[in-house]
Amino acid sequence: MAKAAESSGDPGTTTPRPLFAGLSDISISQDIPVEGEITIPMRSQIQEFDSSTLNESVQNTIMRDLKAVGKKFMHVLYPRKSNTLLRDWDLWGPLILCVTLALMLQRSSVDSEKDGGPQFAEVFVIVWFGAVTITLNSKLLGGNISFFQSLCVLGYCILPLTVAMLVCRLVLLAEPGPVNFMVRLFVVIVMFAWSIVASTAFLADSQPPNRKALAIYPVFLFYFVISWMILTFTPQ
Amino acid sequence: YGAEGGDSHPVREFGDAATSPAANPGATTIHIEGPSESPTHQPGLPRGSGGEEDDELLGNDDSDKTELLAGQKKSSPFWTFEYYQTFFDVDTYQVFDRIKGSLLPIPGKNFVRLYIRSNPDLYGPFWICATLVFAIAISGNLSNFLIHLGEKTYHYVPEFRKVSIAATIIYAYAWLVPLALWGFLMWRNSKVMNIVSYSFLEIVCVYGYSLFIYIPTAVLWVIPQKAVRWILVMIALGISGSVLAMTFWPAVREDNRRIALATIVTIVLLHTLLSVGCLAYFFDAPEMDHHLPATTAAPNQTAAAAK
Repeated sequence: MAKAAESSGDPGTTTPRPLFAGLSDISISQDIPVEGEITIPMRSQIQEFDSSTLNESVQNTIMRDLKAVGKKFMHVLYPRKSNTLLRDWDLWGPLILCVTLALMLQRSSVDSEKDGGPQFAEVFVIVWFGAVTITLNSKLLGGNISFFQSLCVLGYCILPLTVAMLVCRLVLLAEPGPVNFMVRLFVVIVMFAWSIVASTAFLADSQPPNRKALAIYPVFLFYFVISWMILTFTPQ
Repeated sequence: YGAEGGDSHPVREFGDAATSPAANPGATTIHIEGPSESPTHQPGLPRGSGGEEDDELLGNDDSDKTELLAGQKKSSPFWTFEYYQTFFDVDTYQVFDRIKGSLLPIPGKNFVRLYIRSNPDLYGPFWICATLVFAIAISGNLSNFLIHLGEKTYHYVPEFRKVSIAATIIYAYAWLVPLALWGFLMWRNSKVMNIVSYSFLEIVCVYGYSLFIYIPTAVLWVIPQKAVRWILVMIALGISGSVLAMTFWPAVREDNRRIALATIVTIVLLHTLLSVGCLAYFFDAPEMDHHLPATTAAPNQTAAAAK
């Protein structure tokens, strides 16, 4: 191959040949360096990552998602100004919370002929359509938060109210009376305030400054309605 | 803050010395105004000789641009998100001002001209209606609970279905009645030249904000005294009815006297129907007028005997 390279390399010493005649003789060899580098950084690592999540055990996958959800729960329970809920949003947490809340709030089927508490579907629709409406409202007012980030925050901040629902259900097992009601009222009020503080901590920064109150008020209404449903829950 | 006149206020400095304000100090007029002053300033007014390019260079054209675009606000096509954003272009203090205007009707002042000023918003009507729906449902539930407190046969139910009924009624009223009114006014406008005419969104806006007074009314209706309730509804009806009447009177004034009066009467009548109907449906009548709600501990034996 060196011979062919030499012969094409110095046309002056040989007899004139047609253009590119010697091109077919050339094959890429170690002698002709290729300029530049074609290396994709971390390419091997990415391939490793892909195959590792495909090959990992199901338990690993589930535990990873559960840990992410649990980490966000902690962020809601101790709200500081942080970006975790916004950066890696997921909708698993809101779904778990909404289903739990709706299961606990639904009225039993024997009561269906009278006006009673909400059905499972009604609670579900209120939570999700309420969250969607608030998100649309905040985007229309000019907030720069993405649709699913906002849904994620609103869904996760239902956690204190779900805890309140659990506590109320336990308290209702005791004998009914004004003390019973007072305890439930106190718990619901505290958890309602906690929800508002948590969601405001995450959402407030994304709103334009002269419209913050306009964007926060629907959040207040949303959690107020959910708190009312929790407070007025009566077991049949 | 506005600086009109011959002062030159170079707020920002740019490298282009040829057209800098220092070159023509006497001619630069920089007028920076907040959004509340916009209606008094016609869009496109010249701002002094050589002022336009200076403003552009200095980057102070934001307020100019919003004014210039005020006339062409809704130019985005209706399938884009930006189109709907123009209906939410209000600040917090503007919403508060509009609510205040609906609570204190000043005779002779038009709510639309005074507060809306060709910037109708959908934020107010939508969220006021939502709040009203929940206020009526929750207060109705609470008042029924307090009225029947102590009765041994009464079992408290949250009556959740009433929320959907309330929502249907309130939102239908807040959107269909303005639609009918707007259609009617357009039809009359084609027959009689009216000086004042409102767009559909402005009518929706007026109706939405006029419903605000019913929110505290619904909350106060928890009090189970008939006299108190009727006084409250009279006050609320008076205030919101007068806001509506004073808004729409200029729009029908030039028309046939009888038609104008009939329109105003119909508007007020529908409003009355809504308020009385809602309050009668969602709130049980307090039969025991002479009893205040019993304390939670003692069962009310006399109430059972009075029945």
